Amino acid sequence: MNTVRENIIEVKNLEKRFGDFVAVNQISFQVKSGEVFGFLGANGAGKTTAIKMLIGLWMPTSGKACVAGFDVFKESNSIKKNIGYMAQRFSLYEDLTVIENIQFYGGIYGLRKNILNERAEELIAELGMESFRKELIKNIPLGWKQKLALSVAMIHKPKIVFLDEPTSGVDPITRRQFWDLIYNAASKGTTVFVTTHYMDESEYCDRVSIMVDGKIEALDTPSNLKKQFGVQSMDEVFVRLARPSGAHV
Amino acid sequence: MNQRVVANKITKKFRGVTALDEISFSVNEGELFGFIGPDGAGKSTLFRILTTVMNADSGDALVDGFPLKEEIKIRSRVGYMPGKFSLYPDLSVQENLEFFAKVFGTTVQENYSSIKEIYVQLEPFKDRRAGKLSGGMKQKLALCCALIHKPRVLFLDEPTTGVDPVSRREFWEMLARLKQGGLTILVSTPYMDEASRCDRVALIQKGKILEIDSPKEITSKFPLNVIAVKSNQMLKLKEDLSTMEGKESVHGFGEFMHITMKKENVSVTDLENYLKQKGHEQIEIKNIEASVEDCFMYLMERSE
Repeated sequence: MNTVRENIIEVKNLEKRFGDFVAVNQISFQVKSGEVFGFLGANGAGKTTAIKMLIGLWMPTSGKACVAGFDVFKESNSIKKNIGYMAQRFSLYEDLTVIENIQFYGGIYGLRKNILNERAEELIAELGMESFRKELIKNIPLGWKQKLALSVAMIHKPKIVFLDEPTSGVDPITRRQFWDLIYNAASKGTTVFVTTHYMDESEYCDRVSIMVDGKIEALDTPSNLKKQFGVQSMDEVFVRLARPSGAHV
Repeated sequence: MNQRVVANKITKKFRGVTALDEISFSVNEGELFGFIGPDGAGKSTLFRILTTVMNADSGDALVDGFPLKEEIKIRSRVGYMPGKFSLYPDLSVQENLEFFAKVFGTTVQENYSSIKEIYVQLEPFKDRRAGKLSGGMKQKLALCCALIHKPRVLFLDEPTTGVDPVSRREFWEMLARLKQGGLTILVSTPYMDEASRCDRVALIQKGKILEIDSPKEITSKFPLNVIAVKSNQMLKLKEDLSTMEGKESVHGFGEFMHITMKKENVSVTDLENYLKQKGHEQIEIKNIEASVEDCFMYLMERSE
């Protein structure tokens, strides 16, 4: 545990404005290689905008950010090749089969055919999905889709994977199996950057940041955050930060 | 007690896949009744059938005393807020509200009292197009539109999915106030912790109801002991608990692992010794009450 790990994400004073509106307000943080980093915040706090800048989709207004060694301003295409991304809703094609989806995504990431075939077999075996191989995505159970979507997002073995509310609406057992997959990826050195509205899941992260109105208002391990706010659960930490006045709408 | 919704063996299949499998339940007047279950459990299909938007293959229901074939009667008596935003994005806040009032043969003025508390928060934006509202505001507008004709039964399909924990809490407080006004509310959600906000809940999975009762009854009926455990090595803890003799299940719950055991097998001292022997430190063990999520997983595992 004493090995010095490199920063895979470095963000300094990153800002995004839309006209007069400051969606992301001078945020700064680092994520270490192999870390499971929870990126929390209320709806509208600026999480999605921040993620879109980090994955090279949106140009920041100002500040600096380096992801997987690439500059978000100048090297956004290299970022896209070196990260994985799984959106809130499944990013799989419903009318393609399991194996077709894997091949499609592998192709997009430019994997050579022999490598892709090898990777596809590995992946199907790992997930235990042999019997679903030729099944259309729309016909397979939801839990499997979720797990497949994660594996497909990592088919090119990226250094970092961004997961945007990956467990939203999933049953409690699948939700936990999904976190096993996250830990599995992290144990192999993949950095996991994840958003969630389940506060119990924030406890599974090495460190957690909480965004409020475009700013990062807290960043630490879950246990330190609870200490800092003198509360028993991450849910309470979240409430303290997201509604500091205790005001109810 | 008056029953506002009585469902009897409602079944629905889509291309051979059973979405709802003989669903029966009843909801009392003034009750806040929750359908708790993941995506794909059949919650939305059930709500569509009960609001007469979709037909069941078999089975029937009475909604405010009318069978499902009495579409027109039922539609004027229910308010329905679908999971997807379904207002007119190009109409303003006020225009949307007026439109829905008119469709139901009433006016905003006539029924303003029933939406006032929620609408005051929207009033500053009344000329804004609905499509340009924030998520929270869209939801409040959708709720106002579902309430403007003073329905006797309100159906809310996953109003809190994808919503942050604080805004969810506020939404449930709003529902509690509507309930106090005497409204009967059926609400669906994938969040297990929201069960405690309901008078009674149906736990639903794969088109079947696993259990119906008050959240308190459901958790007190849980047949096993639940023990929360924590140590300095949580990953190893999961492995060690999973291979322990006498355990029924092991699931992560935030910073703790929940282990369930038959009552006669429980010994906190044995458990502690076992973990010490496996090299765990800073061990924390406590007997706790089952949560709805513990119950849901237990019932899920048994039904499979």
